[in-house]
Amino acid sequence: MQGILLAIVLVLLIVGAVALTLSGTLWLSPLASNWGMIDNMLVITLVVTGLAFVVLNLVLAYLVWRYRARDGQKATYFAEDHKLERNLILITALGIIVMLGPGLFVYSEYIHPPREAMTVEVLAQQWRWSFRYPGADGQLGRTDPKLFAQNAFGIDVTDPAAQDDVLVTGPLHLPLNKPVVIQLRSKDVLHSFYVPEFRAKMDAVPGMVTRLWFTPTKMGTFDLLCVELCGTAHFQMRSKVIVESPKDFERWLQQQPTVAQTIKR
Amino acid sequence: MAHAVSHPTQEHHHEPTSFWSRYIFSQDHKVIAIQYMITALIVGFVGLFLSWLMRLQLGFPGEFNFINPNNYLQFMTQHGMIMIVYLLTAALLGGFGNYLIPLMIGARDMAFPFLNMLSYWTYLASVLLLLAAFFVPGGPTGAGWTLYPPQSVLPNASPGSEWGIRLMILSLAVFVAAGTMGGLNYVTTVLQMRTRGMTLMRMPLTVWGIFIASVLALFAFPALFVGGVMLLLDNLFGTSFFIPVVNLLGKQLGREGGNPILYQHLFWYFGHPEVYIVILPAMGVISDLLATHARKPIFGYKAMVISMAAIAAIGFVVWAHHMFVSGMNPYFGFWFAIATLIIAIPSAVKTYNWLLTLWKGNLHLNTPMLFAIGFISTFIIGGLTGLFLGNVIVDVPLHDTYFVTGHFHLVMGVSAIFGIFGGLYHWFPKAVGRMYSEALGKLHFWVTFVGSYLIFFPMLGEGFLGVPRRYFSFRGIESFPDIINDLNAFITVVALIVGAAQLIFVFNLVWSVFKGRKAEANPWRATTLEWQTPTTPPPHGNWGEQLPVVYRGAYDYSLPDAPQDYVPQTVPPSEKARVRV
Ligand code: HEM
Ligand SMILES: [Cu+2]
Ligand SMILES: [Cu+2]
Repeated sequence: MQGILLAIVLVLLIVGAVALTLSGTLWLSPLASNWGMIDNMLVITLVVTGLAFVVLNLVLAYLVWRYRARDGQKATYFAEDHKLERNLILITALGIIVMLGPGLFVYSEYIHPPREAMTVEVLAQQWRWSFRYPGADGQLGRTDPKLFAQNAFGIDVTDPAAQDDVLVTGPLHLPLNKPVVIQLRSKDVLHSFYVPEFRAKMDAVPGMVTRLWFTPTKMGTFDLLCVELCGTAHFQMRSKVIVESPKDFERWLQQQPTVAQTIKR
Repeated sequence: MAHAVSHPTQEHHHEPTSFWSRYIFSQDHKVIAIQYMITALIVGFVGLFLSWLMRLQLGFPGEFNFINPNNYLQFMTQHGMIMIVYLLTAALLGGFGNYLIPLMIGARDMAFPFLNMLSYWTYLASVLLLLAAFFVPGGPTGAGWTLYPPQSVLPNASPGSEWGIRLMILSLAVFVAAGTMGGLNYVTTVLQMRTRGMTLMRMPLTVWGIFIASVLALFAFPALFVGGVMLLLDNLFGTSFFIPVVNLLGKQLGREGGNPILYQHLFWYFGHPEVYIVILPAMGVISDLLATHARKPIFGYKAMVISMAAIAAIGFVVWAHHMFVSGMNPYFGFWFAIATLIIAIPSAVKTYNWLLTLWKGNLHLNTPMLFAIGFISTFIIGGLTGLFLGNVIVDVPLHDTYFVTGHFHLVMGVSAIFGIFGGLYHWFPKAVGRMYSEALGKLHFWVTFVGSYLIFFPMLGEGFLGVPRRYFSFRGIESFPDIINDLNAFITVVALIVGAAQLIFVFNLVWSVFKGRKAEANPWRATTLEWQTPTTPPPHGNWGEQLPVVYRGAYDYSLPDAPQDYVPQTVPPSEKARVRV
């Protein structure tokens, strides 16, 4: 009785899990960056592990049903089979290589931004995001956390490269189809930059600069979420990302005040 | 090699006579085990209750005004810490370790009974310190169970960043002391106190699991201790181990030179082995349950031992898979991904061997066996989801989302708890001398098993959507479809039901202690030593006049030429037939 029931429940769990996955109700949000390769890796991993999930649980269900104790049934002594063990290890190793090999390849892309990428700085603090663009010279000015006492970005205003930097409190504007390196700094505690549609993610750590890169491939407005617990209002630490045509982006950027205009020396 | 123990008679083991020395300040490993287990289960219920509060908020945001963003994080932190450290670690090592090691290897007690008693009382002190945090100004820390600085220790950077975090660190430090006393005891006992004939490779897998986990604990806890002390100094004395120059709430803090990522390395150097400290004993227990109730030897005993040892060893070089997007050197990602996915192989071997143990068995599907089989299923889904998180690039979108929450609850939450439930039902007759109610046990299993899937499987899907963990509310985030609101309400309802179902378990055990049917000495017809004691429950000193002598491995079930389907370890090779009942 228990055996049949357990076998049925296991099969139902498999069916439910597969149906929920295939129904797409809880699937990735529509991709809006170049990281289709990450999605492919997710799918490869899902196929390999999903196969293992279904097969192993089906085997379990079968065993429970087939070998449940009944009158006159006896267990067969069977304690070792090296060949079988070896083959199972080989199959597992194969599955792992299929996931790990391409995975490491994509990761290598992920940590090597293209040379022509533009850099935008994202500054995190409890509980908001602000942004800095390099301005006409293409260079972000020097910063030092000790200078947070003097201005919100901790910018060294004596640095010539800082003069034309553009400071924005949000949303973050990005040009379509241009690779961008997000350079992250934090003023106070740990935070993490995450836009589900872009897939990429990186923590902001006080005292250091961290980076991630992606190319926005879809126009529109997206939620920027903080995904490293950063205190009481962590769940409200949000901003928006607006991806627009390069022309609109340039026009918008021109209208923003520069460091020279806003911070006095 | 096994040792002939120096005192074969009982004269050195004076039975304590007063109530206090017998039940309270007892040095008997069995009493200490029960003290550990009961205490752990009680804190576990506090942890469960806290999960209800979180689920109420997530399922029905705004309906329960007493839950606010501050105390949500405090409930969450206490819940996580309680479950992993004060429930699972304590129950599996302090509870099962204490009860089963001496009985399963044929010893009269632990190597150091006094230290053993001290370990329990120290553990109790750590629990009281932990719970005391609810009553201090500012309440418990809300920095997450990982206690990441700077937020955990800087004033007002997170809830409970003063007294809360101090008590938490103090409590953990005391727990580490308790765990070290216990761990030294378990390791020494296994190495030195095995009875004649009990070679290492004849030990039941439960003992192997607990033994390896204890070794892990001895190596891993110091990292937590050191990290904790440095956190405390940063909090109390203005040092900067983990604090760089920061500007908190508009103020420069005058700290300089520290690195928050250093803490993360220390924490996860402890934290990753910690998950194995929890799961290895559960794996051992499950292996014994499966073999006994399937009436079959465990498949590939040697492979099982080797894979546990391999998991433990490799487990010390994978810690930074929790830190793939932490800002550490990105090249570390390659190594930690490779090492992590290599661990999947011994883990998979264990799963295959459990399945092969069932194959051609004669499965008695009573409560312990149901939980053991449930464990296989939840471990499969939990382990497979780990392959997403270990493969660095796949972790990038999933890190710190509900996918992680679903994964670790399935693999170490539910699975380890199933190990505990299965073990408790299995050894209850020996420890108490009475049977539990099968009907209630089965009811408990069905609600818990199906419920666990319904709670935690959908979380994996939420993680695919990108829903972040440690969020008080998801209102106003347009990326997520509305369905997650209904889903969260659904999960909450199931969580309330599953939580309530745990009362069936408590009622069953408490009622059976007094009213249960009298248990036979060996109700499961098991081979291992703990079922061959002269009385049930076993007497003080466990074995009466003569220590048992072991002649065979722990899994002689359904031997082809034996007249009955099990041959206890104490039966000499020539006398397969003579079984003590
Ligand atoms: C029915 C049982 C349980 C339910 C409903 C439950 C629910 C939850 C919820 C709602 C969270 C917070 C999620 C968030 O806001 O990010 C959480 C976190 C957590 N739970 Fe559970 N839980 C249960 C059992 C367990 C068990 C048995 C363990 C043991 C391993 C466990 C370990 C944790 C940990 C480590 C965290 C993370 C805390 C943190 O983020 O700092 N839980 N759980
Ligand atoms: Cu944040
Ligand atoms: Cu880990």
